[in-house]
Amino acid sequence: MKALRRYLDKIKPNFEKGGRFQKLQSTFDAFETFLFVPNKVTKHGAHIRDSIDLKRTMSFVIMALVPALLFGIWNTGYQHFLSQGTDASFWETIWFGIVKVLPIVIVAYVTGLGVEFIFAQVRHHEVNEGFLVSGMLIPLVMPPDVPLWMVAVSTIFAVIIGKEVFGGTGMNILNPALLARAFLFFAYPAEMSGDKVWIAEKADAFSGATPLAEAAAGHMDKVPDAWSMFIGTIPGSIGETSTLAILLGGIFLIATGIGSWRIMLSVFTGGLAMGFLLNATAVTPYMEIPPYYHLIMGGFAFGAVFMATDPVTAAQTSMGKYIYGFLIGIFAVIIRVFNPAYPEGMMLSILLMNVFAPLIDHYVVQANIRRRLNRIKIKKA
Amino acid sequence: MEHLLDLFVKSVFIENMIFAYFLGMCSYLAVSKTVNTSMGLGLAVIFVLGITVPIDYLIDNYLLKPGALTWLSKDFADVDLSFLSFIIFIAVIAALVQLVEMIVEKFAPALYNSLGIFLPLIAVNCAILGGSLFMQEREYQTLGEATVFGIGSGVGWLLAIIAIAAIREKIRYSNVPAPLRGLGITFIITGLMGIAFMSFMGISL
Repeated sequence: MKALRRYLDKIKPNFEKGGRFQKLQSTFDAFETFLFVPNKVTKHGAHIRDSIDLKRTMSFVIMALVPALLFGIWNTGYQHFLSQGTDASFWETIWFGIVKVLPIVIVAYVTGLGVEFIFAQVRHHEVNEGFLVSGMLIPLVMPPDVPLWMVAVSTIFAVIIGKEVFGGTGMNILNPALLARAFLFFAYPAEMSGDKVWIAEKADAFSGATPLAEAAAGHMDKVPDAWSMFIGTIPGSIGETSTLAILLGGIFLIATGIGSWRIMLSVFTGGLAMGFLLNATAVTPYMEIPPYYHLIMGGFAFGAVFMATDPVTAAQTSMGKYIYGFLIGIFAVIIRVFNPAYPEGMMLSILLMNVFAPLIDHYVVQANIRRRLNRIKIKKA
Repeated sequence: MEHLLDLFVKSVFIENMIFAYFLGMCSYLAVSKTVNTSMGLGLAVIFVLGITVPIDYLIDNYLLKPGALTWLSKDFADVDLSFLSFIIFIAVIAALVQLVEMIVEKFAPALYNSLGIFLPLIAVNCAILGGSLFMQEREYQTLGEATVFGIGSGVGWLLAIIAIAAIREKIRYSNVPAPLRGLGITFIITGLMGIAFMSFMGISL
């Protein structure tokens, strides 16, 4: 560790103003602050003593994603061997999953960070850590058998159009990971929505449709039981299947105060409320499923815990967070049930509310201002 | 009643003037700097659409359509004046916009000043003429349908413009690359919002 510090100090002058590599200053800075806590000391103004800076926040989110990732790796292998009809040991299953999942993670990180570094050099800003989370979220919302070049293309699109044109981390209006998935979804619909991608190298005669696809097609008898959907032994995107693993991450996020419990709670409430409403009317067989099925099917839990709570694109005010989350839940279920074009509504519903989040905030703030002005008037009178 | 509600939801979300047809973009891009101004313009558009579409519906059905003049005399059964529809629709819209302009100037001078040239320009807002032409093309059956469609399209337009105005207020301090500042980034945001609105495409009511 000391040797590393000494080495960094030795090469540092090269990257400072007037040095040989001053153009690469932000690259150096990124690696230095990644390895060591910055020793910069503020000289004046307000000081906040808190070890939770952007980098630490991001690493907490990644830790919260680990259960979902590990389960996703195992499930990729499990679904594969299930479809082949062969028995495989636990380690074989894991190994198959690693071989499938790890390249996707690596491609997402390499292309995304590559774009990020290029932009940082050209625009002379620091390399931000935001992508460490996005780069982990992107593989988790991909189907296990997605071609790697598609991962690369969508990641590049999401980072440039979704984030860098707005000025980088913290400025984007749509969640980059969801944008990457939406891009794939609309650009290559045949590869993304057909049931052939959901299981890695499945045998021909095996139907690998996700529970959502079965439900949307009206095959209610083929929807798996609630328990296996909760545990996650069902086909689906890599990280989304296991509600249990996602909830572990969610509890971690709430306990560390990083994810907003207001949003998570209201998303689940919204989905449940809409589920009950549809269940009460029950016109089509899809509407008759128990309301809580919506929460454990597909990407609902994953979206609620990791995507909707993105602090940048969500509503910022407390009241706004309740409204934002509730509408996400409602729209997700509406799109699932009523839109035959998309079996999964979570992605689009979060993107939709990302668009309206600033508007919700605007009106919440205006309402607060009006209330306080009224209070003053009453006091004066 | 349920049918009208379906039509309303459809014209607000599924067939949104901005995100599904990209109509009325000029004032949408130009006046969307603050939420309050765009709210004013949006309300004006709802008002104009909500009145012109039913008026044009009546004109279309009782004057212009092939055989529309039969209520005057049986001899007009094969008269077809529909080639006049563009010019008449535009005349109705222009007259209505004059009215709106006078009302806004009288009762909301501040809004009148901040809207500037874009208030009279509602007359050439493609969303307004588009509303009347869609009404004609889709052959709405009753006056109620035409009114609901007009108001619904206006509400959809209002929703779009206040959403982008709030986003533009939010990104005011973002470090957007210099070539993209202003209209460039607004176009990109509109495209991204279009992706989000894709969620409603394909819902059939």
